[in-house]
Amino acid sequence: MKRIEVIALAAESAQAQGALLISNIGYPSRELFSVRDRPENFYMLGSMGLASSIGLGLALARPERKVMVLDGDGSVLMNLGTLATIAHHAPRNYQLVILDNCCYGSTGSQSTCTALGTDLYALAKAAGIEQAVLVDRVEEIALALAGDCTAIVAKVEVGNATVPIISFSPEEILERFSRCARSFLSSGKSRS
Amino acid sequence: MGKSNMPSSTQAIYLGLKRAGIDFAASVPCVNLQELLALIGNDPEIIHLPATREEEGVGICAGAWMGGKRPALLMQNSGLGNCANALASLDMLYGIPLLMIISHRGGIGEPIVAQVPMGRLTVPLLDAMGISHFQPQPEQAEETVAQAWSCAAADGRPVAVLLDLQFWRGK
Repeated sequence: MKRIEVIALAAESAQAQGALLISNIGYPSRELFSVRDRPENFYMLGSMGLASSIGLGLALARPERKVMVLDGDGSVLMNLGTLATIAHHAPRNYQLVILDNCCYGSTGSQSTCTALGTDLYALAKAAGIEQAVLVDRVEEIALALAGDCTAIVAKVEVGNATVPIISFSPEEILERFSRCARSFLSSGKSRS
Repeated sequence: MGKSNMPSSTQAIYLGLKRAGIDFAASVPCVNLQELLALIGNDPEIIHLPATREEEGVGICAGAWMGGKRPALLMQNSGLGNCANALASLDMLYGIPLLMIISHRGGIGEPIVAQVPMGRLTVPLLDAMGISHFQPQPEQAEETVAQAWSCAAADGRPVAVLLDLQFWRGK
């Protein structure tokens, strides 16, 4: 599976569920922007490692909204403590999707330790995340995204799609996202 | 102990947080913050999330602010160095406010030698990053904390309140 295919599925699922979507730095945000731009997407441009944390704070602040996070193996390895925090403090409206391509895809595809066998699914379970799944087929991913798993680890191929730079400024990304995140009326189906 | 008609150092900070309307906090502990952390943990109006690392707390607080909360990050100054990139490339890049309540170790009276280097670097680091910082006495701390949040919110930036060993003598 290509990463952009999983990102497209996640974006479609987020829209169908009226979910807020936090997207990791680098190509993942650009791929999301190219397949389905929504004001409910927060494109992270810096602060590598913190996508899962941003989503966690947001999910706690807005417990009535589903919050999905698109993260990567390199980024999760940079902030491994996040798995323990999520295990014990994430509310039910929080869902972390780790797109594991075994490399730092935005900096030249240097291998991460998942290429050598480090198992992020096992780490999530060991951290105490009970509702975690490991998926590598499209049908499994679509099902997991629609459910209430806390963490989904999706194995994807190495490689970035040819996609444009995000055309919004950081201030514009934040302004439109915060407006959606603070709105009491979600654009789609809200989660009970 | 503080003077009987004055709030303690801990209470002054807590009252400042309440006056500022802080309703979300992330923290990594310092021994001097323990009573404040207990007060926040027991306050039903404040969501409190213990973080594993200060930088993680910056991310958590940024997300909470996007969702409409007023966030504070409580930590020791040793953790400020762990936050530098997140403060710059998340909060300062997008214009996200954050109130940092920092136990400032490594100054006069510090018993732990390892605290000294970061203690000396804390103010220069904040200055280099262009982050406003306040160093109140306990008597002004309530007002200063509220004021610090107002600056953060008005400018969409992180601000720091530094509380050194002398500050905590009346905790």
